[in-house]
Order: sequence, then C-alpha cells, then structure tokens
Amino acid sequence: MRAVGALLRKDLRLELRTRESVPAMALFSITAFVIFHFGLDRSSLSGDLAAGVLWVTLLLAALLGANRLFVAEREQGGFDGFLLAPVDRTALLAAKATALLAFLVVVEMVAVPAFCLLLLGASLWPGLPALVGILALADVGMAVVGTLASALAVQTTARDLIAPLVALPLLIPLLIAAARATTPLLAASGPAAVPGRWLAILGLYDLVFALLAYAVFDFLLED
Amino acid sequence: MEGQAAIELHGVGRDYGERPALRDVTITVPRGATLLVLGANGAGKSTLLRVLATLLRPQAGAARVLGAELPRDGYAVRGRIGFLGHEPLLYRDLTGRENLRFHARLHGVGEARVGQLLDRVGMAARADEPVRTLSRGMVQRLAVCRAVLHNPELLVLDEPSANLDPAANELVEPLIGRSTAATRVMTSHDPAADLDQADLVLGLRAGRPALGGAARGVTAVDVRALYG
Repeated sequence: MRAVGALLRKDLRLELRTRESVPAMALFSITAFVIFHFGLDRSSLSGDLAAGVLWVTLLLAALLGANRLFVAEREQGGFDGFLLAPVDRTALLAAKATALLAFLVVVEMVAVPAFCLLLLGASLWPGLPALVGILALADVGMAVVGTLASALAVQTTARDLIAPLVALPLLIPLLIAAARATTPLLAASGPAAVPGRWLAILGLYDLVFALLAYAVFDFLLED
Repeated sequence: MEGQAAIELHGVGRDYGERPALRDVTITVPRGATLLVLGANGAGKSTLLRVLATLLRPQAGAARVLGAELPRDGYAVRGRIGFLGHEPLLYRDLTGRENLRFHARLHGVGEARVGQLLDRVGMAARADEPVRTLSRGMVQRLAVCRAVLHNPELLVLDEPSANLDPAANELVEPLIGRSTAATRVMTSHDPAADLDQADLVLGLRAGRPALGGAARGVTAVDVRALYG
C-alpha cells in the first residue's frame, strides 16, 4: 500500500502540473458530443442511441488517457526507478489503474453534463444516482483494461496504435453491458428501472479483468 | 552471507534480439571491492551493469549478486542495489525534492534522509525547482542522491562523474566514491584516470571479456589497446 500511495500521489501530482491527460480527455468528449449533435441531425437523443453515444465517447476518452498512462515511466526512466525498489510490481498496476479511474471521474463530471446539454432530450436528474452507479462499475473496468493495454503497448514502438487495438476488443463486453444498463435511464418518457443483470455483468467483468491483470502484469514488466 | 563474494558471474550472456550484447562473462567481486568495467562504445558495459542491477535478465550462465541467484531471486536484492545509469531516473516535471521523496517512499526510507542528502551534494537551495530547469550536472547530483537514498550494499555506477565538475565530484565522492563501504561496479568516461579507484578490472570487447584481473596489474597501454 505504501508503494501504491507513493506512485498514485506522484501520478496525480504530475497530471496536476502538466495537465496532459484530463483536459485532452474532457475536450475530446465535448467535441465528440458536438459532432454527434450535428452529425445525427437531431435536436435530442434518447434510449439506446443516447446510451450508445455516451458510452462510445467515454470509452474512447478513456483510451486517450490510457495511452499516456506510462509515457513518463518509459521516457523518464520511471520503470527502472520502480523496478529497482523492493516493492511488489503489481503496485504499479494498482496505482496506474487508480490514477486512470480518477481521471475518468473528473472527465465524467464535465462530459455527462455536456452530454445532457448537447444531446439529451429528457432530464437526467431522476436517474442520476443509478447512472453514477453504472459509471462507477464501468470506470473500474475501463481503468483496469486501459492500464493493462497501455502497459503492454508502451513496450512497443507503435504504442499509440497498439493500446487501442488491444483494449477495444476487450472492452466490447463492458460497452454492451454499460449501454444496456444505461438505456432505461435515458428513455424519452423518463428514467425507468435499471436491469440488475447488466449491473451484475459489469461487476463480473471488473472482477475477471482485475484478476487477469493481477496475474499477467508482472510479465509485462519483464525486459 | 559474510565473506561471500558480492558478485559471482560464470559465463553470463545476454542478447538483444538476435544481437549478442554479452558473452561468457566470468568474474568474482569480493564485498567492499571496486570493479572497473572498461570497453569501447557498444562493448556491453551498460548491459552488464543493467544485468547486475536486476534490470535485465541474464540469458546464459550463472549470476549471483549479494547472495541472490539472478534472475530467479532478483526480488531479494532489489532495495540493496544503488543504480546510477545514463538516465537520472527522475521525473522532469517534479522537483528534485519531490523526486527523492517519491523514491524514499518506494524504498521505505524516512524523508529526513532526503534533506540530508540534498545538503551533502549542495542541492538544498535548488531542490524545489523542477528537474527540467536544472543543469545536467545538478541533475546528476540529484541522481546520485536517488541512487544512495537507501544505503545500498552494491553501487552500480555507469559513468558516475559524467556532467560533474571537479567541485561536484568532491561533493559526491563520500556517497559513491572510494571511501564508501559499498561494493562498487563502475564504468568510466576517463578509464586511465579511474584505474586507481579500482581493485579489479574487466575489459570488454564486443561483449566478450578481453581483459581482466587485479587493477594494479593493468597498465595504460592495456587500456588503450582495449579502446583501439
């Protein structure tokens, strides 16, 4: 936990100082919503289309953040500094995934209101608590898979291409479950109950990929 | 453990893809001794140092560092090795003090040690400036602090004097120089001058040992021949 805390604090401090990831992720989300607003040529969206637009945008924004997650470690010797320390290597996984999770939460605080303003017809207020729950479950999955794909890609010369190529197929089940869970909340007639099945699938997805990442992360750091 | 050699290498080899970087390196370094690794650019010096620091896995032969078999028991010696490489391993957008505090936390070292080391290398006044704004010599002084934060038993030093002026060299000498109790493995950008710092010499040519033994038996002519 000491190492996770040190790594996380360092990552958050670097982001606060350089502002390389979160502003880009937030700006991308808002730009995507504007493009959807004009591209779909509708004054408002609802139901499964609205849920799809929201989740595709958030997922691509997450990949933007994931892509930069290990850049400082790679370019400034952070990997070596970490590998020389007497700490469990999975501390890096935990810290990076938590950092990406924090980035996503901040981005969503901007992106979800922008989505409501630009694209959503009905008010989201009644369904907001349920949406926050779905966002939390999906964010954990995106953070873990994004971190795993980024750790794999950063060792290659074409990391900007490899990370999305690895992460996107793995994130399809999460996208489906998150969109299906969100659809009733964005119904034109007002929010309806969220099917528990999709929440359970999101929870299971998080658990499976957290265990998978824990099992393979050590090998990704080998020379 | 006491009396055991700090480093024992037998036929150690390492490739980068298809290209051999190290071949058949065999040497024993007693505890507290200094090994000077010599060789022209690309001879395999840095690769050997990275293997000793557990940052690269040896792919052939047997390597034992501080009693731990590499790569199998590498985890056991992490935290007992201080590594000073070509890169300072410092984040450019953090200050020197923030970088050292970060490494201190990773190594479980108290933060008081950070202040002490900054004082000793004459960096206390500039320690709260981002690393990217500092000169290379100042960054190297911070890198020395990082390498010795945890009082390592083995110092692996890749051209430690690079970018340091004579005054800075004097400041870091008590931390990484001859007077430390640690075992040292070092390369040098001025091999002839650093010979008197060494107990043992290992010369590499194209990754293979071309010169070896006690430093007192090695002459400037031997060294020149290695770089010819």
